[in-house]
Amino acid sequence: MNKRNDQCGRRGERLFSNICIIPSLLGVMAFFLVPFGIVIYYSMINNPISHNFVGLDNYTKLMHTTAFTKAVNHTARFTLIAVPLALILSLWLAVILERNIKGKSVFRTFFLSPLMVPTASIVLVWQVIFHNHGTINQIIEAFGGSGIDWLKSAHCQVIIIFMFLWKNIGYNMILFMSALASVPRDILEVAELEGAGKIYQFFHIKLRYLSPTILFVLILSLINSFKIFREVYLLTGEYPYGKMYMLQHFMNNTFEKLDYQKLSAAAVLFCLVMIVVITVLLVTENHFGKDVEN
Amino acid sequence: MMTHKQKQHNLDMVLTVLVCLAAVLFLMPTVLTIANSFMTSTEISANYGAMFTNMTEDKKTFISENVNLKFIPDKVTFDQYKSVLLKSPDYLLKFWNSVILTVPITVFQLLVAIFTAYGFSRYPGKIKTIIFFVYIILMIMPYQVTVVPNYLVAQKFGLLDSPLAVILPGIFSPFSIFLLTKVMRRIPISYVEAAKLDGASEFQILTQIYLPLCKGAIVSIGMLVFIDYWNMVEQPLILIKDTAKHPLSVFLSQINTGDVGLAFAVGVVYMVPTILMFLYGEDYLLEGITYSGGIKG
Repeated sequence: MNKRNDQCGRRGERLFSNICIIPSLLGVMAFFLVPFGIVIYYSMINNPISHNFVGLDNYTKLMHTTAFTKAVNHTARFTLIAVPLALILSLWLAVILERNIKGKSVFRTFFLSPLMVPTASIVLVWQVIFHNHGTINQIIEAFGGSGIDWLKSAHCQVIIIFMFLWKNIGYNMILFMSALASVPRDILEVAELEGAGKIYQFFHIKLRYLSPTILFVLILSLINSFKIFREVYLLTGEYPYGKMYMLQHFMNNTFEKLDYQKLSAAAVLFCLVMIVVITVLLVTENHFGKDVEN
Repeated sequence: MMTHKQKQHNLDMVLTVLVCLAAVLFLMPTVLTIANSFMTSTEISANYGAMFTNMTEDKKTFISENVNLKFIPDKVTFDQYKSVLLKSPDYLLKFWNSVILTVPITVFQLLVAIFTAYGFSRYPGKIKTIIFFVYIILMIMPYQVTVVPNYLVAQKFGLLDSPLAVILPGIFSPFSIFLLTKVMRRIPISYVEAAKLDGASEFQILTQIYLPLCKGAIVSIGMLVFIDYWNMVEQPLILIKDTAKHPLSVFLSQINTGDVGLAFAVGVVYMVPTILMFLYGEDYLLEGITYSGGIKG
């Protein structure tokens, strides 16, 4: 009797936690999942009027669109460079600031300041700095060199990486600092007593405890690496030079051309790639973080 | 021993200098925006005009060819602010549009997130894990991927041209759910068990234990969401055709076509809500996204 009551109670509690998810699930279904189903359907028909099923035709067409392959190439390159760089630099900054440098709290505020400034104002500043007759080139010329038109150079992707790092390192650093602060002191002390050096401590102890945060920062950085498109778009418009042309430009432009078939196929492909990436990240984290979590 | 300490000290010095330099670099654009908002519009055109005439090469008659980065105005003036705040009601109107869009998204996204994250963190199971995975994927999608779904829905429900076309998908965007679930999962089960012994219901566990513990995380997630939507450009551009309903962020992004002289002052005015939020919530933000309990996990 008592046991049964208990189980009923359990079920009630479990029910409450399930009900909690329902409103969000309904919203996500209505605004993302169901329409995304339609997107998948769109990616397999020839046009929205005759609705003829064409299988993977749109995908093969997409693969043969040079604008698309270029855009994918640039985006992949940017993400593979910028995200690890953001991770390493912010972790490095966090480790430095953890050493009790004077004015630590002021520095933290400084590094967070990019979050405050409106994107559009910042773009104005970047324009001033990277313009052909702008700040960087003036500095280069003052030292006798000759500047290049950064926004139209082979190095233009550096600008995106720079903008991305500037905006995101601060908050990543904060996340790492709070994670570093929660590494159990006693374990570090034991390691120190046993003669482990600072570097050993970092790589063998702290990094293990940081692994959930590393995954977290990776995911956040990935999201933000796609959001940096806003800055690039405001900086250079719909058809930027060379390597600045990203996947989002391509999608934006196909949307404006009302070419929903191509856009849908691109969206589905992007989604598939992200599913693979996230699965790999989660599995890796599971592997490394297991012995630490509990 | 002495030399070791000396070495340590030197290293600290070098690092401090490095961090200082980096910090200045980080702060520079912010300072520049604020400083330039006190310039007269003629001074701004003289310094930055070259950027905007670049496209029409023949118009380069009266403006210097160089784009000069200038921190200190020749003459400090509040003219820009006067024009922004007093002369043209347009800016304030757009500012209000931003508020109408951003505040409901932030508040309701958090509200949805609190319940959903609680649901995800208690009694985990296979189905919940799968749903959570789907949420992570959705969260990562750039706006250009979700724009077609959003557009289709807005069209279907006749929401195009209404702020709701932007607000509703914003509310159900899974970003804060992801963050908050991460926090709630780390709350030790012992807290819950203790509360249960005292006869607390699930709802009470949420409101009396989880919410207070997550206050800092909720405030900082709220700030991140607010900042993100406060700066949105693509969504309203695509989903709200009526430019009169566009937020100031969109307007600000197009300002270089016209009132460049006002650009910086508008930028600073637009920064005010975020600055106020920082003043209130910076300590929470600095905690990172964790729960603030007696025992840190």
